[in-house]
Amino acid sequence: MSYHNPQTPPRKSATFDDHTLAEIRRAAATGIYDIRGGGTKRKVPHFDDLLFLGASISRYPLEGYREKCETSVVLGTRFAKKPIELKIPITIAGMSFGALSGNAKEALGRGATLAGTSTTTGDGGMTDEERGHSEKLVYQYLPSRYGMNPKDLCRADAIEIVVGQGAKPGGGGMLLGQKISDRVAEMRTLPKGIDQRSACRHPDWTGPDDLEIKILELREITDWEKPIYVKVGGARPYYDTALAVKAGADVVVLDGMQGGTAATQDVFIEHVGMPTLACIRPAVQALQDLGLHRKVQLVISGGIRSGADVAKALALGADAVSIGTAALVAIGDNDPKWEEEYRQLGTTAGAYDDWHEGKDPAGITTQDPELAARLDPVLAGRRLANYLKVMTLEAQTIARACGKNRLHNLEPEDLCALTMEAAAMAQVPLAGTSWYPGKGGF
Amino acid sequence: MPVFDLSITPLRELNGALHGLGPGTNDTAFEVINPRGHHAVAVGIDSPVTVEVRGSVGYYCAGMNDGGTVTIHGSAGPGVAENMMSGTVIIEGDASQYAGATGRGGLLVIKGNAASRCGISMKGIDIVVHGSIGHMSAFMGQSGHLVVCGDAGEALGDSLYEAKLFVRGSVKSLGTDCVEKQMRPKHLKKLAELLEKAGVTDAKPEEFRRYGSARKLYNFHIDNADAY
Repeated sequence: MSYHNPQTPPRKSATFDDHTLAEIRRAAATGIYDIRGGGTKRKVPHFDDLLFLGASISRYPLEGYREKCETSVVLGTRFAKKPIELKIPITIAGMSFGALSGNAKEALGRGATLAGTSTTTGDGGMTDEERGHSEKLVYQYLPSRYGMNPKDLCRADAIEIVVGQGAKPGGGGMLLGQKISDRVAEMRTLPKGIDQRSACRHPDWTGPDDLEIKILELREITDWEKPIYVKVGGARPYYDTALAVKAGADVVVLDGMQGGTAATQDVFIEHVGMPTLACIRPAVQALQDLGLHRKVQLVISGGIRSGADVAKALALGADAVSIGTAALVAIGDNDPKWEEEYRQLGTTAGAYDDWHEGKDPAGITTQDPELAARLDPVLAGRRLANYLKVMTLEAQTIARACGKNRLHNLEPEDLCALTMEAAAMAQVPLAGTSWYPGKGGF
Repeated sequence: MPVFDLSITPLRELNGALHGLGPGTNDTAFEVINPRGHHAVAVGIDSPVTVEVRGSVGYYCAGMNDGGTVTIHGSAGPGVAENMMSGTVIIEGDASQYAGATGRGGLLVIKGNAASRCGISMKGIDIVVHGSIGHMSAFMGQSGHLVVCGDAGEALGDSLYEAKLFVRGSVKSLGTDCVEKQMRPKHLKKLAELLEKAGVTDAKPEEFRRYGSARKLYNFHIDNADAY
């Protein structure tokens, strides 16, 4: 009698899952790695893994809609003559004209201004439209120095020296030729239609000692008026924060791996950098060790989506947060109303990430005049302002429930963690315990 | 002529005095003595003033100069005339690394030698070096001219865009996508003009060789990946 191997149900490999198999086939067929926009898509420990405890017998709550909960924040109080005063602790992150359409940049400026906050230029210089529609505009000082000039430096409200970003700490950028329109090419002093590389490190300084001198130069050029931010990707948050402070930063912007990019290799986005949640406490610790917490402001970005996220970041010690991807969604990115066109591009609303190809049906990540015209900057700006106000209201709701009359009075003691990983990263107790990994007494 | 003695005067006073000068100002010429390697000397000039710096300077002297004429009677540290917009910067001695980095206009003259990465990411500036330059010069140079009367170090013009490079002496090696190109009459004419502006009297345009981008890496192709 011969042995009969019974049929078993098909089982797919967890290691070689459908996505992995598809990527192997795509690489073999095309000979190029995947380039895309956005931040990490993998699930990482995040603010969702934290909960607020709320008030109880030991502390009393504040009345919603009646008792005030202050939301304002001042950035750049350390050295700058003219710090930035914001009504809300949510800013708009740097995104370039080039990566985004002119209308999208205008919408971001309008929305931020309506909500009483700042927006930020990007790797491509400052446009007049952006300056005109942004009451408070942060000018990024990037390795590429595209469009960099002293006049724009002086008409900015703050300067952000970009060392890295969360989607790609240690990496530069790429703007493919189809988005290098005449205007973009002129602003970047490049031939039209070429693939434009953004350098991964600054051309005229390396290391923290040089950075200190670079900051001195920028302060001297701008007569010590402008707050100087230093933006780093989430890699070594304790030391990067300490070194940025040592170099003279007024503000440290720390971007976790959920932070988006206009275009980078998928392998970079998914495998380099740390989750935002893991970055905050080490950075705060560095500021505390230097006696400069709340004196040098800390702005956290990377995956901020709601007022709850804002409240959690602030409770962990941030002074403000910054949003990029969420702001784009608010003005219309990946909106299901364009589903038919997303399908024609081989994707679906909510998953479209080929921002570098310039075919965005929503008219945001494109330089195609016809597509860009789909975005009404006035309406989109209003949508962004609405979203920012909702986030602020949500954060206030939580803060009042925790008995805080100011968002910045939220503290780690207001939080607990749902998972061991989140407890370890945020250094708040696992729910129902008084312990977190790394803390003694286990 | 206002004189700033940096051994006793704060840097802030010098740079503050150089900014925002109106068209009718009488202060059009400045002198800086005892710079003693100070960083950020005469940065952010935004009018056609002249500044004579009597000695050597540290990092970023004449950074972002827009219209001024700055002469350094000594040597310059890293990043001299970085991101210059217009005007002229003359260094009587040598220049450290990153000279003229990302410059968008104007003329930078280095009468001695320049270290590595001279003209890195240049975006329209003209740089004339009477002596030699170090490695990785004109890396990712986008626009403008780099003229070297002496020799060039390794990897000249790596990842070059449209900057034009002229070298009279030897080139240790060319960087990725940088190639020697034919010297045409228009290039000789431009070179003669730059040499004259820079006060080079002992070199003829015909003695130089021209280098530029092969433009093979302008649009990504997997078969070029080995270039990196």
